[in-house]
Amino acid sequence: MPDLTPAPDAGASPAPVVDMTGISISFPGVKALDGVDFRMFPGEVHSLMGENGAGKSTLIKALTGVYSVDSGVIRLAGKQVTFSGPAQAQAAGISTVYQEVNLLGNLTVAENVMLGREPRRLGGIDWRAMRRRSAEILQGLHLDIDPGSLLNSHSLAIQQLVAIARAIDVQAKVLILDEPTSSLDGEEVAELFRVIRSLKDRGVAILFVSHFLDQVYEISDRLTVLRNGQLVGEYLTHELLRIDLVQAMIGKELSALEDLGSRIHSAEKEATSAARPATFLAAKAISRKGAIAPVDLTIGAGEVVGLAGLLGSGRTELARLIGGVDHTDSGQLKVNGVPIRLRTPRQAIKHQIAYSSENRRAEGIVDELSVRDNIVLALQADRGWFRPIPRKRQDELAASYIEALNIKTPNADALVRNLSGGNQQKVLLARWLAIAPRLLILDEPTRGIDVGAKAEIQKLVYSLAENGMSVLFISAELEEVLRLANRIVVLRDRRKVADLPNDGLSVDDLLAVIAEGSVDPELESGVAS
Amino acid sequence: MKNAVGRAVAHRLFWPLVMLVVLLAINVVAVPGFLSITVNNEGHLFGSVIDILRNGAPTLMIAVGMTLVIATRGIDLSVGSLCAIAGAMACSIILGSPTPNAVGTVTVAVLVALALALVLGLWNGFLVSVLGIQPIIATLILMTAGRGIAMLITEGQILTVQSDPFKFLGSGFIVGIPVATIVAAVILALVALLTRRTALGLLIESVGINPEASRQAGVRARGLLFTVYALSAVLAAIAGLILTSNQTAADANNTGLFIELDAILAVVIGGTSLNGGRYSLTGTLVGALVIQTLVTTVYTVGIPPIATMVFKAAVVTAVCLLQSPTTAAALARWRTRSASRAASPRPGEAVVSR
Repeated sequence: MPDLTPAPDAGASPAPVVDMTGISISFPGVKALDGVDFRMFPGEVHSLMGENGAGKSTLIKALTGVYSVDSGVIRLAGKQVTFSGPAQAQAAGISTVYQEVNLLGNLTVAENVMLGREPRRLGGIDWRAMRRRSAEILQGLHLDIDPGSLLNSHSLAIQQLVAIARAIDVQAKVLILDEPTSSLDGEEVAELFRVIRSLKDRGVAILFVSHFLDQVYEISDRLTVLRNGQLVGEYLTHELLRIDLVQAMIGKELSALEDLGSRIHSAEKEATSAARPATFLAAKAISRKGAIAPVDLTIGAGEVVGLAGLLGSGRTELARLIGGVDHTDSGQLKVNGVPIRLRTPRQAIKHQIAYSSENRRAEGIVDELSVRDNIVLALQADRGWFRPIPRKRQDELAASYIEALNIKTPNADALVRNLSGGNQQKVLLARWLAIAPRLLILDEPTRGIDVGAKAEIQKLVYSLAENGMSVLFISAELEEVLRLANRIVVLRDRRKVADLPNDGLSVDDLLAVIAEGSVDPELESGVAS
Repeated sequence: MKNAVGRAVAHRLFWPLVMLVVLLAINVVAVPGFLSITVNNEGHLFGSVIDILRNGAPTLMIAVGMTLVIATRGIDLSVGSLCAIAGAMACSIILGSPTPNAVGTVTVAVLVALALALVLGLWNGFLVSVLGIQPIIATLILMTAGRGIAMLITEGQILTVQSDPFKFLGSGFIVGIPVATIVAAVILALVALLTRRTALGLLIESVGINPEASRQAGVRARGLLFTVYALSAVLAAIAGLILTSNQTAADANNTGLFIELDAILAVVIGGTSLNGGRYSLTGTLVGALVIQTLVTTVYTVGIPPIATMVFKAAVVTAVCLLQSPTTAAALARWRTRSASRAASPRPGEAVVSR
């Protein structure tokens, strides 16, 4: 049995509002949860921690009635409950805000907040009451937006807060926030945390899931760690050292990560002392209206260039231009000195440029195809349908990447949608590696995946560059960019503000540039003329 | 053993196959000699089962093309009209020829009809892939206009042809087996080989499941869409020629009427989702057989013609219900419950299912 720390004195309300004991859930071939205990107290933020595949999502879905439990008891405010669906759970006061915003972009903010429980009058919807009520709720969250505006016209962060507004309107006793911060920038996270704290003061029990340790430590009172479907333990946040938390999550020594850090550090020194590598790709004043102002960018062979900047700074937009996903309005791209035009991703692939989207689900994996099919897809598309890759070769490719990238899957025939996020990301990486690109553009390859997989992907990027592949690396985590990149290009407000060699840069240096770095005057004048 | 039963029930072709067997059983009860196949004095196979295989052939051919179209998230409503156009084209050429009984004439007529269908299929592909019109609307255009085109070709007449080589297509036999059945089987086999031995099937499924991810992986959806709509049209034309040959007349208004619905139904019964993605040609075969057996059952059981459509609807509803994930989940719950009830008092006894 897992070692539970003794129940701490929870102050005003000692009785847990949620008490799950001995929860087990099995899927064909997998025991997703194995006798897990979990409890939540009113007015507390409780972080659920664990690697991908640890069982976090399954536990949440058990609590919200999406999955029925094979064994175990769920008590809500002392009473045993069995939900047969999320609607019942919500009616009982358990509200959930998922990682992907589940709202309707083509409706107004007010309609989204009140969706499904619109105030009624005379058999129709009382639009005026709806406006008023939603305005009140938004006010309660200090969200200064017009309830009548279309949801789509707001940033992802605002949409996230609207989703929370929608969730707490249901008089929630329990609010579940599944990766609410993964696409927010620093200021927006602060805004979200302010909202969370005010909900906490109202006595709401909040379940918080995030891969950002800083945020977990900042906001949560209590932690529960899961690993491989089993409970590792429940801890009070202020009593648990970070290093102990990470070890509890991945269940192994952290030497792998530290080792990587030192290896790269020494390699960086070599790199900076060596001559600059030959240029593989050169972009001259490429731009796209509404996406990014003219930017110059060069990437050397075997060089890792990091793109840093806040969300919406133009990181992804620039990467999509180079990957051929969106086409440029102006400017010129050269590969090995030869001018090229990219109008489709296919053309980029022909030039051995691969773009791995930040939006893994929508633009990356093909979830109903097998691991093998996903891995060979880009290679097969490049060959054309009439030149199939022999089945034996496909099996070899799949097997070698499953091993090389340590993809956790029952076999190559498993559907990708049954894999955890980190493993899906690795399958996507394998697809791109299979076409042997000269330039690999990785847009947030480690977002929303666990510590172990993150370290593996970082190591992979390092060894790919060592073997001469150029990498354009985008991440919201500056530490990660600093650890991997030889050179860092900083963007702000859809303009390039700096191009810095990564020798001795610290996170604070980088933050200063992101916040205050000046726009490259040369480019500015270029735009003006 | 328990697991084998469980796996069989979970297989997506389980319920369609059960339905097929049940329909056949009903026929055997109604007509004891239903399954018997005899050889008549001309050496042709003869019997109700052979009738099902022959009369179901056109629906099967169209359903094979429809399967691929549906796998790309599309749909092709124009196949019925294409049947009429192909029949009208072939008949008008044969009638206009001084030698309607020559094999050469019929060959030319068939090839011209198929070529015309190919052009029209490419038109559908153009509307869907280049202009980006929703498939249901894009093919609705030809569905509506197609009967008009057929009418223009036949100049508003029902063209009756007396041509032995042409008649052979719909009612001939090769080594005792109906020509239509052979053609359908060959088409099924060729399309299966074409899509599964090349990467066509993989790329079609990929585009159907996630178009944007496929685009970023370098898949050219445009070429695939042209291919599937053109193939669908050509297969519809072959089916139309067989139907026309069977009736020895081209009827612009009635040849292939509503056959698009039967074909879509066959695809859906076969377990291919209308949302696109994974498809099963074997499933489509079973689906087409279920539909044709159903039609036969109506006659053997003696259901009054006015109730035929309602009966058909009831059977289709049953199949769809059995296949739906919701029903499957409910059945699974029911099985676990009854299994645990059976297991708890006497743990030693065999449990019916997993």
